[in-house]
Amino acid sequence: MNPMNWPVVFPEIVLLTMACVIAIADLFVSDPARRLTFWLTQATLAVVALLHLDALNAGQSMFGMQGMVVSDPLGHLLAFFAALATMVTLAYAQPYIAPRDMMKGEFFTLSLFSLLGVCVMVSANNFLVVYLGLELMSLSLYALTALRRDHGQSTEAAMKYFVLGALASGFLLYGLSMMYGATGSLDIQRVFEVIGKGQANQQVLVFGLVFIVAGLGFKFGAAPFHMWVPDVYHGAPTAVTLLIAGAPKLAAFGMAMRLLVEGLLGLATDWQQMLVVMSLASLFIGNLAAIAQTNLKRLLAYSAIAQIGFVLLALTSGVVSGNTLSAGNAYSSALFYMVTYVLTTLGSFGVVMLLARQGFESEEISDLAGLNQRSPWMAAVMALFMFSLAGIPPMVGFYAKLSVLQALVTTNLTGYLWLAVIAVLLSLIGAFYYLRVVKVMYFDEPAADARRLHGERGVQALLAVNGAAVLVFGLLPGGLMAMCSSAIVRALAT
Amino acid sequence: MGLLSVAIWLPILVGGVLLALGRDEHAGTVRWIALLGAFAGFLVTIPLITGFDVTSAAMQFQEKLPWIERFKAFYHLGVDGIAVWFVPLTAFITVIVVISAWQVITERVNQYMGAFLILSGLMVGVFSALDGLLFYVFFEATLIPMYIIIGIWGGPKRVYAAFKFFLYTLLGSLLMLIALLYLYFKSGGSFAILDWHKLPLPLSAQSLLFFAFFAAFSVKVPMWPVHTWLPDAHVEAPTGGSVVLAAIMLKLGAYGFLRFSLPIAPDASREWAWLIIALSLIAVIYIGLVALVQQDMKKLVAYSSIAHMGFVTLGFFIFSELGVSGGIVQMISHGFISGAMFLCIGVLYDRMHSREIADYGGVVNTMPKFAAFAVFFAMANSGLPGTSGFVGEWMVILGTVKANFWLAALAATALIFGAAYNLWMVKRVYFGEVANPHVKALTDIDSREFLMLALLAVAVMWMGLYPKPFTDVMHVSVTQLLQHVAQSKLN
Repeated sequence: MNPMNWPVVFPEIVLLTMACVIAIADLFVSDPARRLTFWLTQATLAVVALLHLDALNAGQSMFGMQGMVVSDPLGHLLAFFAALATMVTLAYAQPYIAPRDMMKGEFFTLSLFSLLGVCVMVSANNFLVVYLGLELMSLSLYALTALRRDHGQSTEAAMKYFVLGALASGFLLYGLSMMYGATGSLDIQRVFEVIGKGQANQQVLVFGLVFIVAGLGFKFGAAPFHMWVPDVYHGAPTAVTLLIAGAPKLAAFGMAMRLLVEGLLGLATDWQQMLVVMSLASLFIGNLAAIAQTNLKRLLAYSAIAQIGFVLLALTSGVVSGNTLSAGNAYSSALFYMVTYVLTTLGSFGVVMLLARQGFESEEISDLAGLNQRSPWMAAVMALFMFSLAGIPPMVGFYAKLSVLQALVTTNLTGYLWLAVIAVLLSLIGAFYYLRVVKVMYFDEPAADARRLHGERGVQALLAVNGAAVLVFGLLPGGLMAMCSSAIVRALAT
Repeated sequence: MGLLSVAIWLPILVGGVLLALGRDEHAGTVRWIALLGAFAGFLVTIPLITGFDVTSAAMQFQEKLPWIERFKAFYHLGVDGIAVWFVPLTAFITVIVVISAWQVITERVNQYMGAFLILSGLMVGVFSALDGLLFYVFFEATLIPMYIIIGIWGGPKRVYAAFKFFLYTLLGSLLMLIALLYLYFKSGGSFAILDWHKLPLPLSAQSLLFFAFFAAFSVKVPMWPVHTWLPDAHVEAPTGGSVVLAAIMLKLGAYGFLRFSLPIAPDASREWAWLIIALSLIAVIYIGLVALVQQDMKKLVAYSSIAHMGFVTLGFFIFSELGVSGGIVQMISHGFISGAMFLCIGVLYDRMHSREIADYGGVVNTMPKFAAFAVFFAMANSGLPGTSGFVGEWMVILGTVKANFWLAALAATALIFGAAYNLWMVKRVYFGEVANPHVKALTDIDSREFLMLALLAVAVMWMGLYPKPFTDVMHVSVTQLLQHVAQSKLN
């Protein structure tokens, strides 16, 4: 029997304890701005991020909780970025939620719990632990979406999110139980070994795999399981949209790595085919539907679908003709894509929140009109995000696309080469609607009642840092790339 | 930091500072800082010419630093005889553009100046990158400032033109990106352009690469039939945008043929040369005729640019020293002349707010100094001996005669059409009676406008009367390139 090995889950223990402490402490906060709650939450997140960073540098892969969780660079890297993303989200959100009657202890506690779910998922070593983390994260997010009780759109979005999310969880759980039936274990390593030896019933495995991939597709928000994405992104309060669009994407990637790669690599030829279909569908639907959007949040939702298509595309090129030589290359490009995408998404929703003010959501693309005249800095920052999402160098989004395309071309198979060409052509369509946002900000005149942006110096400064990161990682992407690829290589080695 | 790095990053740095800190309240200061930045950027490129070893075909002023280790991509810069003149040309044109905008641009001056300075640095980067990925990054990044320039300060249909410009060029370059990745894979994980030159490839792969590069560069040049974005972009862009577009951005495409298509896929280049020659001749003749019927002066010059760039690609693909050198000379010369032509139109437009030929007539009576310049540049544009326009076209035609007399005869018709559309425009706009009260009210150019036109006129004359400094520099590199292209790389 494996030992408990408590230090492995130390960051999660800190997170759980502090989430409870903050929930209680908030009861005694009389300050309407809830400064204490906010700063305690931020401090907790900073500590968790640092703990994960420290563990990442320590580097040794260890198992804990009787083999239920694993401490490896991949998990720590994802958890680190997730904690960072949550920190940034809350910082952007603080001025937004106050006038919308959401500045309550629940907002912060639930955010912490959803992060806890993310952390559990990305370091799970057991199918049930993956599921446990997923549910913790999802339930927190459902509740967060519904936090504005008296707001019809939010409530509707929460219902939609909950029903479809529960369905997806059901799929996933069903698939996992199939795996258990075929292999007799829930332990990821053990499942991998059994499949590798060819002892399991192939039909049951593939049958279960379909459900697992479908469940993952829901969580990624990939077509054809993308229906909830635009509605939830649109309906949820923007602060919560960002909570959904940030860290959970990293979690979905972690989940895909743990389930598909570490557990079911033996079935790679099967799930890669499914992912190819899903990624192409996502690229098509995401890019084409985004053109028709007038609402900025919906546009970013469809853009998220398209971007996820690229991530899935990278995951498809790991195992080529039964050979895993290119796996490190493929999965690290997917990880790099995910990390840079989250970085960019944080900023773009941050701008949307900054522009919103009391009684006015600033969600339409036309609300950005003439932003360059109202606030040249914020317009420039938003333009950086848009060009990055479109994949124009020297922004970091370009290198993300580049590394995915490189992984495809390196397989040296005509089929993958065509996939790369299709992906490239579809991203050209994508460039159109990102450019349209830039056009509205720079070429259109501001509306008559639009004012110069003022106030929120802190948020503006953070957005500028976020924009600078998109540019600097674009000029010098080497470090971040190396970080991602070493995490993947070491995860594959175990 | 080497010279090339300074030439790239100095303008970008100054541009970035202007973007970040400039305000319209301090427009005067912004202008002077922009001018100083552009001028300093030009000064640092002069040692590139004076210190260039004309007897060597090797890359000079090289700098190599590790950049992205995962891709084994390097920050590798260097210029040979083919590229070196374009660096000072870019910086020079930027100085002119800053001067030309001095009083014309009054809103968001810092963004205008900043965009042009950044654009200048990026374009120098394209000409000096020796790493495929670095080249691509610079090549693509130039789209962003140009998109903004056309979109903010352009004419009534500026949004359409900006989108068309961006998406058209992006489509071409994305296909090139796949080609670059394919080469990266085939060369065993190297982005070094010079390694790719030596890489043996089968004809089928070469052809695919050739067409992928063709997609990127033919759009940029632009060649017939993918030229349609250019008239739109030129007409809608502000004067400075048109100048940079015509003078330098089009050259990025032609330069790409020399740096990528010819040396990386020499067999495919020879295989498909007929296609390029045919398209070039169509550009020269058909687009020349199209230019003849234009009502809008900017459109006329835009079409004439396409026709002149046809000469460049024609020269490249007849694979003779005269042809290739002539093409490069034509590129540099067209940089000066087309820039000057657009500036002349800008001078008129600033006063009359019209580019229609029909709105003018007899300008020489009210603006004698300006008309002298304008007529001179129109003559240069039609290839008058003694101006730079003559040298390049003459060399290309001479090279073509050696290859095939009839091709040369067809190409030479361009001189006739060129003279026709230029002189006809001159007649209608500048000569004759004063056409209307607006023309009567025109004031002649001031010292600022005189300065920018005079600088360009000197350059055009210099290159026309004494082209030796230009041809000497490129001679060894061109010879080596042609030897390389003549050898088969099939394996």
